Amino acid sequence: MSFFERLTGKKSASSAKERLQLVLIHDRVDLTPAVLDALKEELLAVISRHVDIDPSSVHVELASEGRNQRLVADIPLKAAARQRAR
Amino acid sequence: MTGKVITITSGKGGVGKTTAVANLAVALAADGKKVVCIDGDIGLRNLDVVMGLENRIVYDIVDVVEGRCKTRQAMIRDKRLPELFLIPAAQTRDKNAVSPSDMVRLCDELRQDIDWILIDSPAGIERGFRNAIAPADKVLIVTNPEMSAVRDADRVVGLLEAEEKGSPSLVVNRLNPAMIKRGDMLSVDDVYDLLRIDVIGIVPEDENVIVASNRGAPLALEAKSRAGQAFRNIARRLEGHQVPFMELESQGLWERLARMGRK
Repeated sequence: MSFFERLTGKKSASSAKERLQLVLIHDRVDLTPAVLDALKEELLAVISRHVDIDPSSVHVELASEGRNQRLVADIPLKAAARQRAR
Repeated sequence: MTGKVITITSGKGGVGKTTAVANLAVALAADGKKVVCIDGDIGLRNLDVVMGLENRIVYDIVDVVEGRCKTRQAMIRDKRLPELFLIPAAQTRDKNAVSPSDMVRLCDELRQDIDWILIDSPAGIERGFRNAIAPADKVLIVTNPEMSAVRDADRVVGLLEAEEKGSPSLVVNRLNPAMIKRGDMLSVDDVYDLLRIDVIGIVPEDENVIVASNRGAPLALEAKSRAGQAFRNIARRLEGHQVPFMELESQGLWERLARMGRK
């Protein structure tokens, strides 16, 4: 068992697979993680102009099904009732 | 008769494209088919040495395209298989000496009386690759179970999708069963999960590939070679037969003894 393996408890083939999964998604849509972050920021800015959201619970990510990629945004909205109570 | 054009490509260099072309050509020709392989790597020709035909070259593909010889004159007949031919690449020209439409014209001429036309694509995704895929009826992508080879294969799949070249098939070459077993190499299933294209062949790593290229005699003719068997299986699948994938597990002593007993 290598030093790295003992440290992470992970075999090199599964690291390779995980790393490739991410790399391939970004390669396929030609979107770097940095651009994705910028997109997420802008998306949140636009949405919060209209509704109240909690930025820390937002998930925006690339997902793949077969060879197709999609941008998945999960944006929980704050309940209007709670806002009024404030 | 209309022959089929198969282009073998990979993105990354050194994954075994030329070996695959030579072995598939030999396997198809040994099955009684008329086969022509075209070396698409102008400037860096190699298929001639892998097939052991380097001393017979008179004309090359650029001579054909530029009209200095008839297609027939550039087709070098194999030493062992009389229905197997090679059209070599030019060594002193660059990839722009041939265009995609030249390749389409050449292959359309060959299709008339050849069953299988196999094109050995150069590495990369530039002109040589464009030339190689232009006339293809089917594209095979060779990859290795390794980060950069899989990533480059995915790029090539994307480019072929954009060109509407139909869905390519995958050859996973140089699998090392012992490394897969101990979790240090991507398995065929892993590679399939990542690339999601049809797998047409799995080829174990085999040091006899180097021995064969030293001798200029592709492995597919050797009954005992595992890699040779894997390439023969791919050739059969190209011809439309259902052939089960070979067992990759490294064989233990008992299995080896049992096999010897059967011979």
